[in-house]
Amino acid sequence: MARNVSTRRKLAVTAVAWTIGILIFFPILWTFLTSFKTEAQAIASPPAFLFFDWTTENYFEVQSRSNYFKHFLNSVVVSFGSTLLGLIVAIPAAWAMAFAPTKRTKDVLMWMLSTKMMPPVGVLVPMYLMFRNSGLLDTRTGLVIVLTLINLPIIIWMLYTYFKEIPGEILEAARMDGASLSKEIIYVLTPMAIPGIASTLLLNIILAWNEAFWTLNLSAAKAAPLTAFIASYSSPEGLFYAKLSAASTMAIAPILILGWFSQKQLVRGLTFGAVK
Amino acid sequence: MATLHTRSAARLMIAPSVLLLLAWMIVPLAMTIYFSLLRYNLLMPGMEEFAGLSNYTYFLTDPAFFQAIFNTLAIVLGVLFITVIGGIALSLLLDQPMFGQGIVRILVIAPFLIMPTVAALVWKNMFMNPVNGLFAWLAKLVGLQPFDFLANAPLFSIILIVAWQWLPFATLILLTALQSLDEEQKEAAQMDGAGAWSRFFYLVLPHLSRAITVVILIQTIFLLSVFAEILVTTNGGPGTQSTNLTFLVYAQALLQFDVGGASAGGIIAVILANIVAFFLMRMIGKTLEA
Repeated sequence: MARNVSTRRKLAVTAVAWTIGILIFFPILWTFLTSFKTEAQAIASPPAFLFFDWTTENYFEVQSRSNYFKHFLNSVVVSFGSTLLGLIVAIPAAWAMAFAPTKRTKDVLMWMLSTKMMPPVGVLVPMYLMFRNSGLLDTRTGLVIVLTLINLPIIIWMLYTYFKEIPGEILEAARMDGASLSKEIIYVLTPMAIPGIASTLLLNIILAWNEAFWTLNLSAAKAAPLTAFIASYSSPEGLFYAKLSAASTMAIAPILILGWFSQKQLVRGLTFGAVK
Repeated sequence: MATLHTRSAARLMIAPSVLLLLAWMIVPLAMTIYFSLLRYNLLMPGMEEFAGLSNYTYFLTDPAFFQAIFNTLAIVLGVLFITVIGGIALSLLLDQPMFGQGIVRILVIAPFLIMPTVAALVWKNMFMNPVNGLFAWLAKLVGLQPFDFLANAPLFSIILIVAWQWLPFATLILLTALQSLDEEQKEAAQMDGAGAWSRFFYLVLPHLSRAITVVILIQTIFLLSVFAEILVTTNGGPGTQSTNLTFLVYAQALLQFDVGGASAGGIIAVILANIVAFFLMRMIGKTLEA
């Protein structure tokens, strides 16, 4: 009897949750569907949901008209470049703070975090002028530098919370068993640190990929990553819904997939370990 | 074990990060403060002169500034209201046993992973457009006049778009917090005859309070700086109806080339953000001790 009620309840919850889930997801689904329509079908009224002539021409059109792949590559270079650079700088720092903490470690960590609180417009003017004067405006190098700096605090914090969970006793045990320092690092520390580093990498690529203040303000035609490229669709000429959808689908698909794999790390990274 | 040797090694390992962030914090910010005291327009090079606090008085007496402050607060509070209430409701729903929970979670999280320019343009064109948008079609279906969202209610439309992006964030964090609630505690409350409502108010909500605070503070930091969504939808207009502080400073700097005025606006934005940051840091600082 009780089981019967709970199955019915489960079915009701399932129905409500799926409905809401699909509603929230709908704009993305709609973008995906529209990307396979012709421009005429894309604005047809009543709108066609599934029964239209599926075509992939928008994807080719977007590439041939505006060299989509160049901007995709910019996004890849900028997000991976800034994340890797950030990791190289952050791993030693987080390591030292997790395993050799001093009285001031906490203050240093908090101060690093506080740099993240600075609103970007506070430094927009000098950054723009410095970039202009040094020829960094509209270069991938410039974007990599800025994105490394804005995400560095998050990288350090995430790594720190992961490294903190590696038990120090294990190192001592390895040392007692006669492991040399290099062996200790290769066989004991690295395998335990890699999951944390991988999660940090993943989250930061997502953040850098979607960053849309500095990429919009510091890049133009040449170095524009996808965020800035898509923004150029805000003042379109002629029919463009299907092409906008195709460009958007390609821009968000890789990150959607990465993000779905790293849901848990997302929470941890975005709350600086305050919610686990 | 921490010998002098390891300690200096540790310092060496931390130094690059500290120096980089120090440079990033101090150099541009000092320049902004310096510029904010100058009369300096990029269209008139070589005419820079000391202007005292006149940029600040200009900015603080500009009617657009008050509109921008109002809009900034409206966006922050509007989005917070929708995402916190919606996030609590959604996380409670997703915490129930159901079929295909993992898939629903994925569907709900997705908007957070979309880049802001894509989210804003998709909403602007394919949903809110008064001629070709889905909302217009729905309105006509039930016999209503299509509503031109971005022309007639620009701020509300932007709040809606930004809330759609941030609802998953609130939901995800609150759901994570909910799942750490002790199952036995819930059962005990149930055995003692506590109804669903009192269980929610006396057990679940207090347990969530910490996560809710974190959601509010972190979202506020990001929402104070909403930019891309405004740039690609309304461009701050009509007039300055949807201009927030970030967008106002951007327009002053890169559209009017008024370096001095924009810098003063930037400093005001920094001060506002600092007030929020103060509380956030205290929250996170407490976690660090725990």
